[in-house]
Amino acid sequence: MKKLSVLLVLLLLSTTLMFAQGGKEAAPAADEPFKVGVIYITSPGDMGYSYMHDQGTKAAEAYFGDKIEVIRMENVPENDASARAMEQLIDAGAKIVFANSYNYQDYMLQVAKENPDVYFEHCSGYLSNENMSNYFGRMYQMRYLSGMIAAKMSPSGKLGYVGAFNTPEVVRGINAFALGARAVNPKATTTVVWTNTWYDPSLERQGAIALLDQGIDVIAQHQDTTEPAKAAIERGKYAVGYNADFRSVVGSDNVLVSPMWDWGNYMIPAIESAMNGTWKSQAYWGGLEDKMVHLSPISPLVPKDFQDVVMAKQAEIANGTWDVFWGPLKDNTGAVRQQAGGKLADDKMLTMDWFVEGVIGSVK
Amino acid sequence: MRIVVEKRDNKSKSAAVLIPLASFAISLILGAIVLLASRSNPLQAYSAMLDGAFGNARRFQYTIVESIPLLMCGLGVGVAFRLKFWNIGAEGQYVWGAIGITWVMQFWKFLPVPMLLPIGLLVGMTLGAVWAGVPGYLKAQWSVDETLTTLMLNYVAIGLAEYLYISAWKAPLGNMGTPEFPHEAWLPPVWGKIHSGLYIALAFVVLLWFLLYKTRWGFELNMIGKNPRAARYQGVSIKRNIVLAMLLSGAICGLAGSMNTAAIAHRLTKGVDGGYGFTGIIIAWMAGLNPFASILVAIVMAALTTGADALQIAMKLPESMGEVLQGLVLIPLLAGSIFVEHKLKVIKKEAA
Repeated sequence: MKKLSVLLVLLLLSTTLMFAQGGKEAAPAADEPFKVGVIYITSPGDMGYSYMHDQGTKAAEAYFGDKIEVIRMENVPENDASARAMEQLIDAGAKIVFANSYNYQDYMLQVAKENPDVYFEHCSGYLSNENMSNYFGRMYQMRYLSGMIAAKMSPSGKLGYVGAFNTPEVVRGINAFALGARAVNPKATTTVVWTNTWYDPSLERQGAIALLDQGIDVIAQHQDTTEPAKAAIERGKYAVGYNADFRSVVGSDNVLVSPMWDWGNYMIPAIESAMNGTWKSQAYWGGLEDKMVHLSPISPLVPKDFQDVVMAKQAEIANGTWDVFWGPLKDNTGAVRQQAGGKLADDKMLTMDWFVEGVIGSVK
Repeated sequence: MRIVVEKRDNKSKSAAVLIPLASFAISLILGAIVLLASRSNPLQAYSAMLDGAFGNARRFQYTIVESIPLLMCGLGVGVAFRLKFWNIGAEGQYVWGAIGITWVMQFWKFLPVPMLLPIGLLVGMTLGAVWAGVPGYLKAQWSVDETLTTLMLNYVAIGLAEYLYISAWKAPLGNMGTPEFPHEAWLPPVWGKIHSGLYIALAFVVLLWFLLYKTRWGFELNMIGKNPRAARYQGVSIKRNIVLAMLLSGAICGLAGSMNTAAIAHRLTKGVDGGYGFTGIIIAWMAGLNPFASILVAIVMAALTTGADALQIAMKLPESMGEVLQGLVLIPLLAGSIFVEHKLKVIKKEAA
């Protein structure tokens, strides 16, 4: 088998020579577009999380036209391969790199420190550097509103939530959903199952089925595919979508509502500031008021007068007179987490590792 | 007229060279068809892959970094394959190596910091060996099919690692992983991105070559693989050698895991099951279990991965295209290898 190895060397060399011409890079032109690198955890074809990010990227492409060139890398695993992907993007000339999943952050910080002349934008984490920002949206605001709708439509008051990982982001969303549900039905419960994956159509569906088997009649989710929602609809139950408007994607009015992202509203100013040199490191956490999140159109199955109640609550969030995590707040062991008369500080929300009253399940 | 597959009387030297060459050409052509179907220029795509894998120092370094755990896992499973013991549990043994070094770094606080790295590597190695030793013992003692046990134990190891980084050993702040290892205990770099694991891997190549080709033990392993009955008549203990080979096999795969963890992620985290253990099987197979040939095959396999990144970057092709092309390279090469030892014979039916 030594022959095989010799052979492979020869092949390698010959192919290198054959294609050496094609490998040469063109000299940079004077009006070369500003290169933007984007790293997705899944493929935008998932109709979920990465799809919405890609909508943001496309909004940026439409806004800047040929002044920017976007290089996408999809299905990048959250391990060393992500650091390599970032380096490859920089190598290809990217001046700003976006990465859209939580566990990229340690790798991004490492790469950011080694590449001080490139800007880095990490979505959903908490790490930063002089040349690295983190950004996210206050999705919990929309989760609260969707919890209100779920509780209104649930005959049993038993709601289910398929969660990916026990990260603060997911926990916060579940808590907001449960608080919204309890605001409508004080006896409502939210039962949580963990899948330990962002993206796995079959595991996500299994999680939803485990909940439905317990007599739960609305399934909400923090997952990247539409499978949990589909599982609920197939049984004639209700679903609450996430990321994209599941009601139009799945094609059923049993999807009551979907909390949605608007990433373009962050990406466009970030790219613009990187282009004109005014980029600054920040920890950005915009909400409804910044148009980072919004609610999809509500299903016609939800009574019109109740839709107005939800919209009134949304207006309170938008004008800043009210926010989700107002005291008094108790966790599901009965301990007080926030006194009456104030709201939970951002840092407590960003490190949340406890469930509110009304959530059945464990964060650990 | 019918066609039969016959074993070659003697291994043809020209076939050993020409068949992989033809297989590789076939895979390039198959890939070109797929690329053309998705409206891309195949020549451009292939040159982009080559450029992405070796085009400049940094890309070359990444390809080498990617090849180190692949080489180690290929070497590891290769030891077991010598006696036709199908260890497809390298992935789990690799994960145990990662768990082992994390355990030392996180909890063995009584050790002085400079000792963490060597002890951690040793513990990872030991755990990998134990994890492989179990199916080895089961096979030796009760002839339990190793293909199933080694495969299933992978998922146990991966599940345990997941439990550790998501829950039991989790760093505060909800980070999906254990706390970072102390900086002094990282595996030091040797050139740019390339870490000193390269030296360890190369040392194992030489060590294994010596062990397998120059010692009595290596001779015994070969004999068991080729002719177990003859080995038994010679007084070779098959049971003992199965367990020993599996311990060595698991130790190398475990070391691959602890090395890579100490060099790159510096913590036990999501993505620890990166598939190196499974690709290692292909490497051992394609290298004909030869440690030196494994170096080259590991680099080729790593280049396929790093080169595939370039398909997205330079060609704006979706990520799945890289996977398609990788698969297309493998199938003809693996399928073609059967013709090195076998030949097709056309038997013409004689008129009755």
